[in-house]
Amino acid sequence: MKTCLVVDDSRVIRKVARRILEELGFEIAEASDGMEAIAWCRTAMPEAILLDWNMPVMDGITFLRELRKEPDGHEPVVVFCTVENDMEHIVAALEAGADEYIMKPFDGDILEAKLTEAGLVT
Amino acid sequence: MRPEDVETVRSLVHARSGVVIDPGKTYQIETRLAPVARRAGFASLPDLVQAIRVQRDEKLMWAATEALTSNETCFFRDRVPFAQFREEMLPELVAGRGERPIRIWSAACATGQEPYSLAMIIDDERAKLHGARIELFGSDISERSLEKAQSGLYTQFEVQRGLPIRLLVRHFEKADEMWALSPRVRQMVRWRRINLLADLRGLGQFDVIFCRNVISGFDEPTRRRVLDQLARALPDDGRLVLGFDETVSGVTDALTPVAGRRGVYAPTPARIAA
Repeated sequence: MKTCLVVDDSRVIRKVARRILEELGFEIAEASDGMEAIAWCRTAMPEAILLDWNMPVMDGITFLRELRKEPDGHEPVVVFCTVENDMEHIVAALEAGADEYIMKPFDGDILEAKLTEAGLVT
Repeated sequence: MRPEDVETVRSLVHARSGVVIDPGKTYQIETRLAPVARRAGFASLPDLVQAIRVQRDEKLMWAATEALTSNETCFFRDRVPFAQFREEMLPELVAGRGERPIRIWSAACATGQEPYSLAMIIDDERAKLHGARIELFGSDISERSLEKAQSGLYTQFEVQRGLPIRLLVRHFEKADEMWALSPRVRQMVRWRRINLLADLRGLGQFDVIFCRNVISGFDEPTRRRVLDQLARALPDDGRLVLGFDETVSGVTDALTPVAGRRGVYAPTPARIAA
């Protein structure tokens, strides 16, 4: 079973994402900021990461840049999932190594479509 | 709505568009007609239906028909047909067409996501097209849908359904709360209001026709009539792309499935010989 790490400081969003992702067949791990997420990845690199932008301690874009420097850090498919919905944020995310980008609010269909686009759901 | 009002509306829509509405979908009829009634200044749906029944106001009847036949759509719906278009149909067309323009028709395209998906593919593949002239047409029965399509403006929700983020970056710009398709891609599509029940012979021939998730809404005689017309609009090596759940089997002999390509049909050779 593929693992998806959900990184978001909102417990509600993590819960919603968990429910959708479990239905899509993922095993879920959770982190509430970028620092926690890095620790997770160093222990067990997930196949996918659903990543918020604005979080305390370490934000999503900083986490992503750090992740891509890790030995296996290029492997996970990273899907940003954030309220930031302007072109500058999207371009910055792609330049930092994001594979897909979801603008909140989102639903199960959008998340499934993005993970399909990223090759994680068939 | 009273059963007789539902029946009036169902008969109207069938006569105008060929679409058969399930009589059990009263809620859907009410939901879709409510804005029509509001815009036309009617206090209630029965008042709207009464006006349709008595006054036979053309504008009103079309507004109701359009509201009840508009299809849900999204960019790159079902992915596979668009991958086939990019990887197989387009290169074959470019290789085989010579000087003649390649003509592609997205029929009953609602708010335009399908022809724009094809336009984005063509734009992205431009370097491999060796200067081939491509004419891309989008049509729908609904004036309102076509107006939205021509605007090239989509909501955040709409651009997130099926559109890969890199294509959003390449082809769209943020315009307040909406996303605006680039003029370059928008100008690649020519629009026309077309009712598939009408005589389509004047449209000429098309190398590829996308008509996805449309015929499933028709009754069988209408389905046959539309498919036969679309078959006549294809050259011998043309392709018709239907929805995954749609088939010509048992409906018409004018089209034959293309082996290994779900939803893709070619004109039947017998028809050509005849």
